[in-house]
Amino acid sequence: MADIPVTLSRAQQITPARYRAPGDLVFKIIILVLSSVVIALAFAMAIILWYEARPTFQAFGFLSFLTETTWDPVAAVHGTWPFIMGTLITSFGALLLSLLPALGVAIFVSEYAPKWVANIINYTVDLLAAIPSVVVGLWGVFIFAPFMRDTFYMPIYLWAVENAPWLEPILGAPSSYNLATATIILALMIVPYTVALSRDAIRLVPREQKEAAWALGATRWEVMRVAVLPYARSGIVAGVLLSLARALGETMAVAMLIGNRNRMPFSLFGPAATMPSVIINEFREAVETLHYTSLMAVGFYLFILTIGINLIASYVQRKLTQQRKSP
Amino acid sequence: MSSEKQTNPEIRMETLGLTVTYNKTVQGVKGVSMPMYNNKVTAFIGPSGCGKTTFLRSLNRMHDLLPEAEVEGKALLDGEDIYDPRIDPVVIRRKIGMVFQKPTPFPTRSIYDNVAAGLQLVGIKKKDVLDGVVERALRDAALWDEVKDRLRSPGGSLSGGQQQRLSIARALAVEPEVILMDEPTSSLDPMSTTKIEELIQELKKQVTIVIVTHNMQQAQRVSDYTAFFYVGELVEFSPTSVLFNNPTEERTKEYLQGAFS
Repeated sequence: MADIPVTLSRAQQITPARYRAPGDLVFKIIILVLSSVVIALAFAMAIILWYEARPTFQAFGFLSFLTETTWDPVAAVHGTWPFIMGTLITSFGALLLSLLPALGVAIFVSEYAPKWVANIINYTVDLLAAIPSVVVGLWGVFIFAPFMRDTFYMPIYLWAVENAPWLEPILGAPSSYNLATATIILALMIVPYTVALSRDAIRLVPREQKEAAWALGATRWEVMRVAVLPYARSGIVAGVLLSLARALGETMAVAMLIGNRNRMPFSLFGPAATMPSVIINEFREAVETLHYTSLMAVGFYLFILTIGINLIASYVQRKLTQQRKSP
Repeated sequence: MSSEKQTNPEIRMETLGLTVTYNKTVQGVKGVSMPMYNNKVTAFIGPSGCGKTTFLRSLNRMHDLLPEAEVEGKALLDGEDIYDPRIDPVVIRRKIGMVFQKPTPFPTRSIYDNVAAGLQLVGIKKKDVLDGVVERALRDAALWDEVKDRLRSPGGSLSGGQQQRLSIARALAVEPEVILMDEPTSSLDPMSTTKIEELIQELKKQVTIVIVTHNMQQAQRVSDYTAFFYVGELVEFSPTSVLFNNPTEERTKEYLQGAFS
């Protein structure tokens, strides 16, 4: 090395290690502080929600507030059950509607489609995810909801009234904005997430696994069934749960489309409400203390619900991933 | 086996001017013609990147999966060209099984279901049939005694060597005519390697085996015939003892002496 003059002169200019050590320490402190802030924020949020919601819990009881079915700010009676039901129905409904199409797209782009087709689909799906939810809601309010009502809900309802009266309470008289429309739009909004997450899970399947199935004389679909889907299972399930968490928290489009009715029972073609939608619709009017604290309480439950789903998602992923690794 | 058959073995597979081209420009294998004899072990040796694995994978149409790979020439199985457009590659791959460098058990399937996978694909569901085949395949792969009490545990719970024998059992279960092995011991420890090599000697009684190996001693130990590949070409093909002790080609001699690797 000594015969290379450039290296030598550079070496002489290098700052000795003991002067560089403080930089290390400073950096360590900075990242430590920054990451603590993130964690602290999450906890602070939960604690403040709980703290602000306390009068509601004191007035109705932690569990009674959960199961109370009346939400009437004027009478100062608050129960979150209708919103929990609305949230669960729309979210799981959207999940059911979107799951198979999303999985189909994910399988198609990762295993079947030629590269250029897959690229177009991937870009489009990503684009779909990037549309602001209020824009989706706007389109839903003026185009999709009236179309669905006139083309599907009305004829189906009228048919049911004539031929299957027992369906009537389930369907309900079609209103402009309703549970069904909100669920379909919500499904549309989570498709990109389910597609992206399960696509990535499928892509992580090692080539050897697929080839092993091919070498057994498997057809294309059989390779998917035997090698790809079982291997990608954990990633797909986790992706689906994360999409669910997103659906639970989705606010704007749902609030615009669901019709906002605080009273059970809900019907398919009638208006309903979700936890996010009641918060966004009523926060401006919440001047009474109990009304305000009850909205906080709804927020607290929603927070717990989405965190719970996220925890389950990561648990499922870990559990299923462990299974496929050799000890 | 009669001695007559030993001296004049029948051909199970044969390639005629087989060429594999990547992206229409790079030739991975150039016009290889060679036989693979029935109930014999044929080894492919040669330095890394010489095309031996590419050639092996062309023998059961694994290149069909890569759009950028193109195969020309013929590969005959029992006199029939497997690249004939009327032939379904799925059927071919059932007749010509494959074992890979790394063991590839399906991790979510049990040991039993791993072995039965090939049969379940074609719709065989009868438990007694599957039970019989699974036991036979596991016995043939010299794994039965080690796993018979835990057939329901996942395939991924076995050791590396056991996993590779499980992969072999899975290939055997569909009763292939030929088994292609792509460096089947390269990820295994010496003990497991010995086991697999012994197994190959047993298996050749029922199937034709083609094995790619980096290890020249292994080729000498397990094979009856050896093909030496260099830069995509088949340089020499002879009975193993001849190729190692008395090679005709200069390049073979140089390789055996370690002149290039």
